[in-house]
Amino acid sequence: MPVADPVPGASRRLAERVRAGVADNLRVVLLAVVLLALVVISFGLGRYSLGPLTVLRVLGHELFGIGEPVSGQNRAVVMDIRMPRILAALLVGTALASSGAAYQTMFRNPLVSPEILGVAAGAGFGASVSILLHLDTTALQIISFGCGLLAAVLALTIARFVGRGSLIILVLGGIIIGAMFNALISSAQYFANPETTLPEITFWLFGSLGRASMHGLIVPVVIVGVCLIALTSVRWQLTVLATGDDEARSLGVNRTRIWALTIGASTLMTATAVSVAGIIGWVGLVVPHLARFFAGPSFNRLLPVSALIGASYLLAVDDVARTATSMDLPLGILTALIGAPFFVGLLAKAGRQWL
Amino acid sequence: MALSPAPQVTDGAAAPGPDPAGAPEIEVSGLSFRYGRTGHRLTDVSLTVHAAEVCALLGPNGAGKTTLLRCVLGFLKPTAGTVRIRGQEIGSLAPRELARRVAYVPQSTSSPFPFTALDIAVMGRTPYLGVLESPSARDRRGALAQLDRLGIAHLADRSFAALSGGERQLVLLARALAQRAAILVLDEPTAALDYGNEVRTLQVVAELAREGHAVIMTTHQPSHALTYANRAVLMRGGALIADGHPDDVVTGEHLSDLYGVPVHVAGVTLPPGHGRREMRTCVPIPTSPVAALSPPLPFQSNTGDGRSPAAR
Repeated sequence: MPVADPVPGASRRLAERVRAGVADNLRVVLLAVVLLALVVISFGLGRYSLGPLTVLRVLGHELFGIGEPVSGQNRAVVMDIRMPRILAALLVGTALASSGAAYQTMFRNPLVSPEILGVAAGAGFGASVSILLHLDTTALQIISFGCGLLAAVLALTIARFVGRGSLIILVLGGIIIGAMFNALISSAQYFANPETTLPEITFWLFGSLGRASMHGLIVPVVIVGVCLIALTSVRWQLTVLATGDDEARSLGVNRTRIWALTIGASTLMTATAVSVAGIIGWVGLVVPHLARFFAGPSFNRLLPVSALIGASYLLAVDDVARTATSMDLPLGILTALIGAPFFVGLLAKAGRQWL
Repeated sequence: MALSPAPQVTDGAAAPGPDPAGAPEIEVSGLSFRYGRTGHRLTDVSLTVHAAEVCALLGPNGAGKTTLLRCVLGFLKPTAGTVRIRGQEIGSLAPRELARRVAYVPQSTSSPFPFTALDIAVMGRTPYLGVLESPSARDRRGALAQLDRLGIAHLADRSFAALSGGERQLVLLARALAQRAAILVLDEPTAALDYGNEVRTLQVVAELAREGHAVIMTTHQPSHALTYANRAVLMRGGALIADGHPDDVVTGEHLSDLYGVPVHVAGVTLPPGHGRREMRTCVPIPTSPVAALSPPLPFQSNTGDGRSPAAR
């Protein structure tokens, strides 16, 4: 609908803005293309390496029914061995980066990570206990997911009854609950059998995507999908909330509702990610900063860009984890080794603004 | 300060200007507020603000100025009494409905994230968006027009945090204009500004009132009330002690009493060629520094015998 220009000067600026908007969209498309290329390359990487064309032929036939069937071995490597792991990397990367972006925006604090409410420690404890009890992978995932949620609920309870809903008390509550569950993890390790369960617990806590299976990913994909839709639906209200409580309120934003939705979605996604892959730190802290650099602070763009970068980043790191040496390197250690120096760089660049 | 004309309104919001039904923009009656059981902050405050009025709230720290503003914004629920916005009880208005009528301009806003000036101004459109909706190109255009109106369209793509205090205040005013609220609530809008930006900001505020906005603001400068307001309200201890035209209310006697320091209010004649020749301003009356300190500090002996009061 054509609208008369309110101010002549504004129309030229608007044209510039529209061009800038196209450029912003191009960047998102570019990130998506990078991710797709990375996915194809990742299918080819490994002990049994495949060319991108072979990968595309297998995927084309198996997923879309295009072209001729491909030989049994190539098919098995792509569809049975690498597919679950790559999907898990995309899912976990997306979940951690999106919940990190949501928490940072909501808490108005660029130093917040998705583990803030003690979710990772809680989920880690659940997994440790499951390993001690020799439960199967499905049970482990369910128990670790439940304990992650329990940790967040405990932190929220502290905030509710001690801090009367204060965000700072919520963060402190998360630190307390996280410390408590870490102590419980240590005690699980103390009682574990040093020959069998202890190494298993330790390796789980380091984080790995090697345990992923197709049927085990169905529920996590659904949970993360629903949470992403929920966050997308409140994207603008959350953006307004990032400028301040009073101001958001004076603009008609229902703060309590947005808080509840954001905390709920982020907690569910984090617990899902930890239950699938173990504790993988730094992704949720660092990726949103990278995304903000590309897309600006508005959550409207921050969410999709964080999700894309998070998926690409974890996929690339997992490629390194499974191909760099003859054995699987622990993913959580790699993300920390990459994330920490990167974060020092961020601090040097923007540190003064954050304080 | 001359502003460019207001852009055409097409969003169906209540345009600034007198209510056709004749109700005052803000009507506070018998308002009391207390924190917890004992913390009385407002006692039986009644106040009306009409369209095209700048109402300045004056009073020492803790007088309840900000508490009153927060009641008008609907942030605080009064313990007794009512706040009406154009005749409607504030509690009966949905948050979005209230946001279309009352805009808040804080002292400053701080976000650790690099929002642009245009991002901030566009947020004024939020009360007109569905809960799941985001601003459209048209909303951005409207917000940009408001920045343009205040002469800061060239700052649209600059980071808000990197702007000067005065520019930031203008961006926040542009956001309030994008909100198309008839009532502007300003909490010490110039507290962090240098003199030039203070004057510029308040001239814009006064101009917006002439266009029909009802403005209520707190300030620590009595001369702001004398220069820019056409209504002054003095508060102390949570109660109104005077309410009227600044020339009648902001007097040396009242100010001396209110702030506990002797103040003189004098008329100034501007050089010819300016619309308003006679203006009033206030100056503190010089006194001996010791007498100005009240109550006396322990080491100031009143008896002159050289010993501190504590030693007597």
